[in-house]
Amino acid sequence: MIEARKLGRTYGTKHVIRDLDLDVGRGDFLLLTGPNGSGKTTLLRLIAGLLVPTAGELDVRAPRERIGFLGHEPLVYRELTAIENLDLYGRLYRVPERRERIGMLLERFDLWEARNQRADSFSRGMLQRLALCRALLHEPELLVLDEPFSALDEDGAALLDRELGELRPRATFVVSTHDPDRLEPLSSQRLAFA
Amino acid sequence: MSAYFADVATLARKDLRLELRARSLVPAMLLFVVAALVVFHFALPSGSSDLAAKGMLWVAIVFTALLGLTRAFVAEREQRMLDGLLLAPCDRSAIWLAKALAMLGFLVVAELVALPAFALFFSGIDGATIAGVALADLGICAVGTVLAAMAAAGRARELLLPLLFLPLAIPIVVGGVGAGVADEPARYLGFLALYDGVFAIISWASFEYVVTE
Repeated sequence: MIEARKLGRTYGTKHVIRDLDLDVGRGDFLLLTGPNGSGKTTLLRLIAGLLVPTAGELDVRAPRERIGFLGHEPLVYRELTAIENLDLYGRLYRVPERRERIGMLLERFDLWEARNQRADSFSRGMLQRLALCRALLHEPELLVLDEPFSALDEDGAALLDRELGELRPRATFVVSTHDPDRLEPLSSQRLAFA
Repeated sequence: MSAYFADVATLARKDLRLELRARSLVPAMLLFVVAALVVFHFALPSGSSDLAAKGMLWVAIVFTALLGLTRAFVAEREQRMLDGLLLAPCDRSAIWLAKALAMLGFLVVAELVALPAFALFFSGIDGATIAGVALADLGICAVGTVLAAMAAAGRARELLLPLLFLPLAIPIVVGGVGAGVADEPARYLGFLALYDGVFAIISWASFEYVVTE
């Protein structure tokens, strides 16, 4: 599903990724580990189509509407309510039975009671759960997750564990984490950045 | 095509809703344009010609638009929402068109106050001037939105936008002032329409490259 050859990305004169070869098959779970600033986020943004490579080739065989991305920012408008944010994305992704799907995700991520609250009143953990709802809303076949457990409390993390376990047979994953032990049972490949 | 316009409508509605919630843009534009006209009223010597006053109207309109454009991508920049929109499977030019339409709405609201205020402080407004303002608005929002997106990605964005926008607004001012004061305004209105068409196409086609890192 993802094939990279001699992939490179620079910011100005700084090489963040250099000569990276990568093969991720359909249904694989690639775990990215490494210290801050090592290039994990850049690789995830390249795969999601938010960055273009400055060298080499990257082939992601999933259309944009089938990619789910979770980054460092929740990518929700703070002035809109949880339900308004998900409705915006649901319309743009043309999610069938949008309202039902939004309701189901909000309930599953324990945000139903807060559905009509503006996102700027949410705690960091609630924002992360809303961001997960956004990333999963359109039932993506490729999930690109950048430190998905950050800001989640124990309950939220357990919820995400359960979600990832359920989605594991149906999707391809590329996930960066500082806690590889947590995701090790799900992963099929590991790429360590230095 | 209908999907494209459905995306535009969804995104434009989102911008209008954000403005209704935050009320940060339109009140600032209204206050600015009225304050500018009051300043010009006292700055122009008594007995100044209507021609000079018409020029002041265009200065007020262009700088009011600039004020709005400076904040057009604030949410997308501060909350990195542009990433969220770029991830969506809609045509990226739909993001530009929706934002330009929202900006057009905000500018028209400011002008609905500015034009009567101008008539009160200076002189009456004729049909040619109103037509000129309407055509100028289209060009301002088409060009200004793509430049605002470009500036939002940079560091010195407050400096960059006026430097990019004002030179490109010169033809709009020339056409707008000409339409308001010339005996044959049709030529100037035609010039504004041509500017709108050319720059709308350039902006529409270039937006994707502007927002791609």
